[in-house]
Parts: sequence; structure tokens; C-alpha cells
Amino acid sequence: MSDVAVQHGIAGAYEPSLFGTYSKKIGMWLFLLSDSLTFGALLFAYSYGRISNPDWPTPFGKASIANATIMTGCLLSSSLTMVLGVLAARRGDFRWTRWWIFATMVFGSAFIVLHAKEWSGLIGEGMTPFKNPWAPNVPQFGGTFFTLTGMHMLHVTIGVIYLGVVALRKKFLPVLLALWLIVWLVTPADSIFHIAVHVLLVGAVVAAVILFLKPKDYDAHDVEIAGLYWHFVDLVWMFIFPLVYLMSTRV
Amino acid sequence: MHHVATTHDEGKGQYFWVWGVLLILTAVEVVLAYRQVFQPVRMLEVLMVLSIIKSALIIGYFMHLKYEIAAMKWVMMVAVVACLCLMGIFFADAFRIIHLGVQ
Repeated sequence: MSDVAVQHGIAGAYEPSLFGTYSKKIGMWLFLLSDSLTFGALLFAYSYGRISNPDWPTPFGKASIANATIMTGCLLSSSLTMVLGVLAARRGDFRWTRWWIFATMVFGSAFIVLHAKEWSGLIGEGMTPFKNPWAPNVPQFGGTFFTLTGMHMLHVTIGVIYLGVVALRKKFLPVLLALWLIVWLVTPADSIFHIAVHVLLVGAVVAAVILFLKPKDYDAHDVEIAGLYWHFVDLVWMFIFPLVYLMSTRV
Repeated sequence: MHHVATTHDEGKGQYFWVWGVLLILTAVEVVLAYRQVFQPVRMLEVLMVLSIIKSALIIGYFMHLKYEIAAMKWVMMVAVVACLCLMGIFFADAFRIIHLGVQ
């Protein structure tokens, strides 16, 4: 409906926006502002614990830091492919837009897989949200770490689903359901990801409802807005990486 | 997917530059942290400055805020920076606890 009302490029019909851009983009920016406060609160909670505890554990050794550095590289590269996708969409080159979005999704998925492996390693060493094997008197390390990185991982997962929907629309739903089934089958029953994979199922249901209620051809503006969300997820990691990993290195 | 008119047109080259600078800054951060060049508090300051530079590059170029009008830039950035700074009030308490030596 709103797409019909606000015809971009028709001057004089409506008063121009105070912010000089289309309302969908302002909406996404406002969401990202509120989301940055959510992440801000989680980052501040982690840092508060980090400062006030001299015995804060430093479990991230060489392999862990190398892994986190590769994850950072994946996210930064995914931002590059995303911005190239936005550029292709502006040219009206739908084929290249799709390919760049696929590349972004591959980098994002690689990030999730690497992060999941790292989580599994930490859980295997006996870390839970309530205790950790390195500093028994600092139980909040697990809670703040898993909340912060888990929230970020959830955002990356939602981002991959969002991009899939923008690139493929209804055709993405079977892909998403197949992914859900595969991950559910390959993860061991006692793994946290055996349960967490149901996020993909919830995502598929939400995406199906949206695609059913508002079927449309996504244009360059929609690609740009998806890109804003994706870059924000990358941006948050630029703070999680130094605060959580680099400040807790075990040399 | 139809063509949408754009207000500005920039080349691909600058995105590769920004990407390269982001990767280099990340490498610098890792080396600094792994060699433990600074004391923890100084390290935190250095890492935060580098991260803020990185986020400015991402917001400015990848999220295109550089190309938005002044009203958009100021409203968005002032709001988020002010709110995040307000959260910093709690750090006074964290420092108080560590100086008291509460177990």
C-alpha cells in the first residue's frame, strides 16, 4: 500500500522527507539505532564484569584468536560483497545482485559455522552460562559471553534468511527448510545447536507469512535496506571481537 | 527488479579500499593484543579507538551515511552516541568495586 502512496521521483505530490530519503530506509536506520542500544547494553554488561573482576578468565588461546580473526575476515568480506550487490541493484543488474547476495550469504554462513565450532569447543571444556572451568569465582563470564555472542549469532542468522528472501523470494523457503532439516540431522542430540537450529524453522514460518501477505518484487531500495542491516551486524562484531576476544587472550 | 534512480554514483574501487583498510586495522588489533604491547587499560583504549575508526568506515562508506543529507547524519549519530555514552555511567561503579577489592 505504502509503496503505491509514496512514488519515488514524483516531485510535488508530497512534502519531501525531512531526512532527504525514502521512509523504508529511515525505518531501518531507526531500528538499527534501537538495536545498537541492545548490543550496547550487552557489551557494557560484559565490560562491567571484565573491569570489576581481577580474576576474569582468559580462555582464548592462539587457535581461538586465529579462528575469531578468520570470522572477522568473513564478516568484513561479506560486507564488501553486500555493498557490491547494492551497487549492482542500482544499475538494475538483477543477475549480479543475486550472485553478490549469495556470496554474502556464504560468508555469513561460514561465520556462523566457525562460531558454532568455537562455542562447541568452549562447552566441551565445561563452560556453561552459569560456570566456567577457568575461574570458578567469576561465574558471570559464561552468562555475559553466551548472551552477547549468541545475540550476535542470532542477528547473523536472521540476516542470512533476510538476504535469502530478498534474493530468491518464495524459492528460498524450500532451501531454508532443507537447511533446517540437514543441520538438525547432522548435529548430535546433546548439542545446543540441535535445538538452536529451530530458529531456521521459525524464520521460514515468518518469511512464509510475509511473502504470502505481501508478495512483491524486491527492488534496489529493498536490497539497500537489507544491506544496511547486514553492515550493522558486521559493525557490532567490530566491537565484540576486541572487547571479548582480544582483551581475554591467553598468551 | 526494476531500476531505481540514484542521487549519487561512486565507483567500486573505493569499496575495495575501505575493505582493505578494515582488514589491515583488524590485523593491527590482533598483533597488538597478541603481543600484549600495552598495559590492559591502555590496550582497551587503543583497541576502542581502532574499532571506532573501523565502525566510522563501515557506517560512512558501506552504509552510505556519508552520502545522506546533514539532517540524517546528525540525528542518527547524535542519538546513538549520546545514548551509548549514558550507559558509560555504570563504569564508575565497576572501578569502585575493583578498588574496594570486593570478592
